[in-house]
This record gives sequence, C-alpha cells and structure tokens, in this order.
Amino acid sequence: MSLDSKSAVPAHPTPEHSRPSAFASFLRLRELPVILALVVLVAVTAALNPLFLGEQGIKDLLLNATILMILAVGQTLVIITRNIDLSVGSILGLVAFGTGSIFVAAPNLPIIAVFVVGMLFGAVLGALNGLLITIAKVPALVITLGTLYIFRGINNAWAGGTQYFAGDRPEAFGNLSVDTILGFPVITLIAVVVVAIVAVYMLGTRPGRDLYAIGSDPDAARLFGIPVTRRVLLAFVVNGLLAGLAGVLYASRFNSVGATTGSGLELDVVAAAVVGGVAIFGGSGTVVGAAIGALLLTTITSALTALRVDKFWQQAIVGILILAAVVIDRIASVRSARKLRIAEARNV
Amino acid sequence: MRFIHSGSTRRRAAFAALATSAALVLSACGGGAATEGGGEGGSGSDGDQTITFIPKQLNNPYTDVVLGGGEDGATEAGFASSEVVGPLDASASSQVSFINAETQRGTNVIVIAANDPDAVGPALEEARTAGAKIVAFDSDTNPDYRDLFVSQVNAKDVALIQLELISEQIGGEGEVAILSATANATNQNEWIKFMEEELAANPEYAKIKLVAKVYGDDDDTKSFQEAQGLLQAYPNLKGIISPTTVGIAATARYLSTSEYKGKVALTGLGLPNEMRPFVKDGTVTEFALWDPAQLGYVAAFAGKALADGDITGEVGDTFEAGELGEREIAEGGIVLVGPPTQFNAENIDDYDF
Repeated sequence: MSLDSKSAVPAHPTPEHSRPSAFASFLRLRELPVILALVVLVAVTAALNPLFLGEQGIKDLLLNATILMILAVGQTLVIITRNIDLSVGSILGLVAFGTGSIFVAAPNLPIIAVFVVGMLFGAVLGALNGLLITIAKVPALVITLGTLYIFRGINNAWAGGTQYFAGDRPEAFGNLSVDTILGFPVITLIAVVVVAIVAVYMLGTRPGRDLYAIGSDPDAARLFGIPVTRRVLLAFVVNGLLAGLAGVLYASRFNSVGATTGSGLELDVVAAAVVGGVAIFGGSGTVVGAAIGALLLTTITSALTALRVDKFWQQAIVGILILAAVVIDRIASVRSARKLRIAEARNV
Repeated sequence: MRFIHSGSTRRRAAFAALATSAALVLSACGGGAATEGGGEGGSGSDGDQTITFIPKQLNNPYTDVVLGGGEDGATEAGFASSEVVGPLDASASSQVSFINAETQRGTNVIVIAANDPDAVGPALEEARTAGAKIVAFDSDTNPDYRDLFVSQVNAKDVALIQLELISEQIGGEGEVAILSATANATNQNEWIKFMEEELAANPEYAKIKLVAKVYGDDDDTKSFQEAQGLLQAYPNLKGIISPTTVGIAATARYLSTSEYKGKVALTGLGLPNEMRPFVKDGTVTEFALWDPAQLGYVAAFAGKALADGDITGEVGDTFEAGELGEREIAEGGIVLVGPPTQFNAENIDDYDF
C-alpha cells in the first residue's frame, strides 16, 4: 500500500508505475462503493428478470434517473460548500408548472426558448436562496426550509386546481423523453452533458476548487482570500438553474404539472448525493458520484418493483444505503488521515 | 351570535332575528320549526345556513369539478354561504384539523370525502355533537360518523363496468393488474373488492387473472413508475385497470411513450379532458366515469334537506336535488347519483370536464 502511494508521487512518472497506480487510485475512488452496488444490483435483477435489461427496461432506468441526476449535481455544489438546499423540489414544481403555462400561453414559442426561460426562472429562485443565506448569514437549512414552503405556497396559489397535461404541450417537446439517440433518451443525454460540464468545472477551474476549500474550512478559505460569499452565491444560483432545467424536463416527461409537482423530492436529492459519496459537512465528494447515487436510488426502486418486492421495503433499503454510505465515508476519511500522517512523517 | 349560543331556544333565535330585521323573523321561525324536526338546536334560520366542503385534497382537477357542482348546488339549495377547505395532501389524518375548525365556526353542514374512513371519526363525532350535519361524498367515512353518503354510483356498478371494459379490450383472457390510489382509500378498496369477487364468481372472466394491485398514491410521478414496474414485473400483462383519474392518466402517459403502446390495454376511471390525447393516439380505447359535478350538486341538496330536518337519513327518505330530481336514501344511508358514462373516441369530444 505504501508502495502505491509512493508511486503516485509525480517524482516517479515511469509507465510501469503508472498502471498499478491508476488501479490503486481507482480502488480509492469515493464513488467505488456506489458503482459496485449499482453493478451488483443490476446484475442480480437482470438475472432474475431479463426484461429488466430489455430495450424498454434500460430506457426506463435512464429516464427515471435523469431528473434526479440533474438535481443531485446541483445539490452537490451546494453541499460541498457546507450548505444545503431543501427548496429544490419546490423550485422544480414552480418551473414545471411555469413550463406548462408557457406552452399554453404561447404554443409556438421555440422549445429552446422555453428551456432558457425555465432555467433563468430557476436561477432567480436559487439566487434568492443564496442571497438570503450569504447576506443574512442564517444557516442554509433554515432559509431553504423556509423557501421550500414559500415557493410551494406560490405554486399552490398560482396553479390552484389547474393542471397542464402532456396534450397541452407540443409533441416535439414531449418526444424529448421518448426519442433515443444510440439507445439513450434525449433528456438523459442532456443530463450526462450537465454532469460532464459541472464535473470538469469542479475539477479543473479555480472557482470549482474554491468550493471545496470553502466547505473544508470556511474561515480558512476567507483568510486565504477566496471570495466566499460570491462562490456560495454562485453554487446556489447554479443549483437553482439546474433545478429549473429539471423542472422543464419534468414537464416533458410526465403527464401533468400542477400545484404539487415535485413535492418531497428534496430528500431524494440529498439522499442521492450522500449515497454518491458527497460528505454532508462539505469539502468532499464529486458530482459524478452524486449522479451515480441518483442512478442507484432510482434503479433500486425499479429493481424492487421488477422483482416484485413489497414497496414498503424500498424506503428501508434506501435508508440502509444512506447509513452504509456514511460509514464508508467515515472509514475512508480516517484511513486517508492516517496515510497523510505517515506521508508527512516520511517527508520530515 | 346565534352560533355562540348554539343551544338557544326558538324564542331566543327569534329575538336575535328581530333585532336584525323583520324579514329575518319570518325565516327564523321557519328555521326554528325545522330545527325542532331535526332534533338539534344549532342550525341557523333558513338563509343563514352554512355549508363547507372538505375534499380529499385541494388542487386536484377531479375534486375541482366535484366542488364546482357542490357550490352550484349549495347556492341553488339556499345556503347563505358555502366554502371549501381542505388539505393539500391526501393523507389519512390531514383532514382532522379542518373538521375541528368547522366545528368551532358552527358550520351547519359538513360535506366530506374521507381520506381514511376512521381517522376522521372522532372529529366528525364532535362536529355532530355541536349540531352539524355530516354528508360524506365521493369516499365514505365509517357509517357511524355521518348522516348520509352520496355515492357516485353503485360501487358494484363502477367495479363491474371497469371489468367489462378490460375484458372487452383484452379479448376476455390474460393477466391484468390494478393501479389504485392510496392503499387505504375507502372507495378504491370497495371497487377492488367487488372486482375480485366478480372475477372469482363470473365464469365469463374465468380466463382473466388479476396478478397485482399496486398503489400510486394519486401522485403523478409515483403512479407513472408503478405502471412501469407493473409491465416489467409481469411480462405477460395484458391490461391495467386504474380506478383513479391520476393513476389512469399517468399510466396512459407511460404507455403512450413506451413500446407497450397499443399492446397493453388500459381502462378505469378518468377525466375526459385529461384522457383525450390518449384516446386519440390509440393508447386507450374506452374508460368510464360519472359526471363529477353532479356528485357535489346532490351532496349540497342532501345537506340542505338534513339541515332543514326534512330528512334524517332513514332508509326510504326522499329529497329534491334541484334539476336532477328526487333522490331516495337506500340501505346504509346511501344516496346514488347516477350511472357511469363510458368515453371513447366517438363521444369524448362531447364532454368538457
């Protein structure tokens, strides 16, 4: 093990060493447990019910994960900064209903324009969260719990009993969640692109790295000269933007949008991020992990249904997964702390 | 004021009325007499009576149509005011606080669609003790807790028509499943029970096998995923019955966007406006529903007749339900509204609800 960690030091970039080191770093991936769980789950389910991996089965699995994936990516940005956004379900609901309303009011509007409007709407709501949190300096948990109810209340007042149905929207819009490219539904491809862009941003850009620094130690980050307020605000705006995107996609996929659309979704989103290895106290985790976490959670629901397991077990299983994720996370952090100590001792 | 002195005598009611206007005196006497007949002192005089509708949940399109009919009925029947209050989620206990509030306000008639037959019981008991008349509609409470139940149609008819439709659509043979609302919804469970009994008893349905009952909780997303799960878990599934408007629409949306479109039959109870695109694109051949507005309309008149003391909820009592004519109370304190209508590609454009 110590050999591996040595070889990871860039002082010895020989090709013989890089291969085992790549394998070793794969083994140390935070996302590894959730990937393994997903593979085992899919394999077992498919063995028992071949339809599970049929053409329609795969399409359904991907479609089910799409919206949660996008939400989980946004939530990850926020959680990494040691915050949380509980209002995403309500934002999604408002945007989804807004999308339905736009199509009724202006049936000939280009679909891309509806996407832009929906995402901007979400970004505004996210910015509201971010401003309240950064200016008022009240914990995000409290602020977004408040906006969860405020946004939902607005949705209830705005929609009343009105619902807009798939039939009210252009067929091309609904077909985004029906048509496939190389077996992937269009809206799933949108989600994959989102994951890729945000992942690169988090890994490769200064502001992306800043978010991790803020989550690890906000005070140190501030002392270090990181514009903490601006970065946290950015995380909330992007999260709102993605929730807006998810809202538009929701309207594409499901039949009706109304006053209660998306309620209760926020906990699934946080669960997806946590299961995907995002530490709830900030500072670590990746958007790819969160996206896989979302895929795992929705796949569990589908798998248990395909295996005819009682619905009531599903929630318990999700709970066990969350606990397992937290335990694995704890073990990993204890081990890496110990490794860091050993490495430092050697350097001295 | 009259509500505060809910145990007031006729004289006191008349005095209060005198204090306001002479016109009210006449009606107060009329109300007083009716009160005596009804055996309770809380109801205000004619024209002062209030009615409140408590649906399973607000902002549900089906409920809105029912309540629209209810408010029309309340105006025509002569209630001074009608109101709608209720929870935003259809959980078992969510209606209790609304019932309590109505009891405190002294509402004369509470019309309720119970999310759970027993959870609302104690609160309704209290309301009755305070003098309110309870009319259940759409989904019954335990009969001990209400005066009347206004039923869409005979529960058995609703169950049978759905079986007939599915049997027709799958050619009388194969596996079928039911996608219901919540696992403890009274009306849903009653229909399902009748369907199961009929499947077992009727030789015409001998080749139809009910393989699963799943619950979408009247939630679009959840119903959608339940439909998807059904098709995956039961590869030989021929048809789905969804006796709930949310469930049938969500299932139709899934079927119409999947490879099962046109291969797996779907029927149940749906709103024509919501189902129109799916009937037109061939996902759904035929489904059924009663006119929901009539349900609220009859409930309002039933409430009025109870509050006036014209009826007590006994079997055989009759009352006038406005333009729908006379209704009679059947065994179990049930008032029937009318036969279900079947909707298909030919007639669906004639309906707008």
